[in-house]
Amino acid sequence: MQSGTFHSTYAGDMALRPYWPMRIRIILIIAIMLLFPWFGNRYWLNLVNTIGIAAIGAIGLNILVGFTGQISIGHAGFMAVGAYTTGLLAAHAGLPMWISIPIACIVAAGVGALFGMPSVRLKGLYLAIATLAAQEIIIWFLTKGDKIVQMATGDRRAVFFGESLSIPPAANNVFGIALKGNNDFNFYWVIITCLVLTVLFASNLFRSRAGRAMVAIRDQDIAAQVIGVDLFKYKLLAFATSSFIAGLAGALMAHYRGIISWERFTIDISILYLSMIIIGGLGSVSGSIYGAAFMTILPALLSNISRAASGVMPAFANYLPYIQQGAFGLAIILFLIFEPEGIVKMWRNLKDYFRLWPFSY
Amino acid sequence: MADRNGASMPEAQMQIEGIGLSFGGVRALSGITFNIYPSTIQAIIGPNGAGKTSMLNCISGLYKPQQGQIRFEGQNLIGRAPHEIARLGIARSFQNIELFRHMTVVDNLMLGRHVHMRGGVLTGGLYWGPGQREEIAHREAVEQVIDLLEIQSIRKKTVGSLSYGLQKRVELGRALAMHPRLLLLDEPMAGMNSEEKEDMARFILDISEEQRTTIVLIEHDMGVVMDISDNVAVLEFGQLIAYGTPAEVKANPAVIAAYLGQEHS
Ligand SMILES: Nc1ncnc2c1ncn2[C@@H]1O[C@H](COP(=O)(O)OP(=O)(O)OP(=O)(O)O)[C@@H](O)[C@H]1O
Ligand SMILES: [Mg+2]
Repeated sequence: MQSGTFHSTYAGDMALRPYWPMRIRIILIIAIMLLFPWFGNRYWLNLVNTIGIAAIGAIGLNILVGFTGQISIGHAGFMAVGAYTTGLLAAHAGLPMWISIPIACIVAAGVGALFGMPSVRLKGLYLAIATLAAQEIIIWFLTKGDKIVQMATGDRRAVFFGESLSIPPAANNVFGIALKGNNDFNFYWVIITCLVLTVLFASNLFRSRAGRAMVAIRDQDIAAQVIGVDLFKYKLLAFATSSFIAGLAGALMAHYRGIISWERFTIDISILYLSMIIIGGLGSVSGSIYGAAFMTILPALLSNISRAASGVMPAFANYLPYIQQGAFGLAIILFLIFEPEGIVKMWRNLKDYFRLWPFSY
Repeated sequence: MADRNGASMPEAQMQIEGIGLSFGGVRALSGITFNIYPSTIQAIIGPNGAGKTSMLNCISGLYKPQQGQIRFEGQNLIGRAPHEIARLGIARSFQNIELFRHMTVVDNLMLGRHVHMRGGVLTGGLYWGPGQREEIAHREAVEQVIDLLEIQSIRKKTVGSLSYGLQKRVELGRALAMHPRLLLLDEPMAGMNSEEKEDMARFILDISEEQRTTIVLIEHDMGVVMDISDNVAVLEFGQLIAYGTPAEVKANPAVIAAYLGQEHS
């Protein structure tokens, strides 16, 4: 039984994973991450890659919503900025993704900061509406982008965005190494690396000055100002950081799928990401991952079940998609009723239970 | 008027001149003028709704007075944003505790170090090299405050889970971690039992004596005010009705009338 942790230095006390059971868990996770792709089949690799990208996007959104307390329903729009920037650079400028993705992230961060400007004056629902405008403006731009370019240049045949944008496989190149062959397997490594870096970045951010200032704004913005936090600056930084990571998720998705269209970045997707972080746990990095996994696996599971069911009960086949959606909604509602603080809280309760076992009651 | 050591009057650290503040038709402050002297404990007293908190809010930049001037160490404060005023060396606590509830005590105090640190999003996200060294160095400054306020045992606790008295203490700690030159305390002892009050009074005196921090103290407990303050400003209905040493103020007929008037109502 573990009674507590003691440290003799502040550095030790401030370390991310201060004691050995945590370290063992980290080693186990790393081992699983390294071994998994050699055993997982394409279905599983695809599922894990999808979760990985969603987890990156969810961490990005959580930085803004969960940690800084600024509601946004424009997240998918910022992901679209990342996806389209890297897509355009790959398709029309021939850049490899290891150059175009960082550029895409920076562009997304800039767009995020721009649309974050109303947060100086607006809070809560009002800010949500302002970010909704961001979402719609971005989608509008993506669908009308070619027309705008044609009008601006006078060249009626100029097509950059199109109905959907294909990314040449040659762009899938990391530091000069071309990703050929098994796409799911190759992208697993790219996505998992990006996810690990995102997790480390976010965890570090919130144990240091800038991240603390963001959480302070969420908890008590007046007190934050009075101790010297520049609200406007840190809200914009939160928007920029969040959108940078959203851009990363969008860009990874673009290269992984090889084709992008604006339909993958509509407001439904923004809401989906919000539900991921609410279900996973607001203001928690690991919660973002749990939420992304839950919201990716549940629909996959439900569609497997309904496929099996349609074999048994062909009469119901027509209704199954609706039942599936209803079950999805119901699962989320039940979740929020029984554990409003998210999966991360359930996990913590479970751990506490076993830590004190057999004295837990 | 004198500082605690009885020295002749030094130059004012803060000059408040003709401050007037209204909310719609409500006149919260009018023509408030007084000085705050370095290294003194300056009390502000007055009945409920007299405008004490509004005065502090004007100093920390949360309210924008329509008339008057506030100068701190020669700098004009009016028109500056609260975070800029904090950077000049002014810290405060609030009447209704305004802590970062979901953070630990240490993190709350580390936020008190915000103005003295430089780290940004990138250095924070990398947490390596200079960024990490900065965090550790400032953690040491925070630990000194923790020792001073005797809150070692709760440093890793989430602030929201602490008792009211301890939260008040942590809020004082957060302000102290800023190493301010002027510390504004809005009823730091309200709602405390007599033992907690004594502790708090002792901390305030320690801070004043050891760190020579100027303290502005709003307090309803007259015993405490008369004991520990060097100068007292008395507000009533937004007006400054008296200013002087505790003894002077206690003997002032206007003050006696104000307090008797309040007791009768
Ligand atoms: N934000 C505000 N909006 C409107 N009126 C306000 C505001 N802040 C203060 N007031 C008014 O200004 C007057 C002074 O209030 P203030 O809070 O400064 O009093 P106080 O002396 O601190 O009282 P207490 O002892 O109850 O804390 C009151 O009439 C109050 O209603
Ligand atoms: Mg008050």
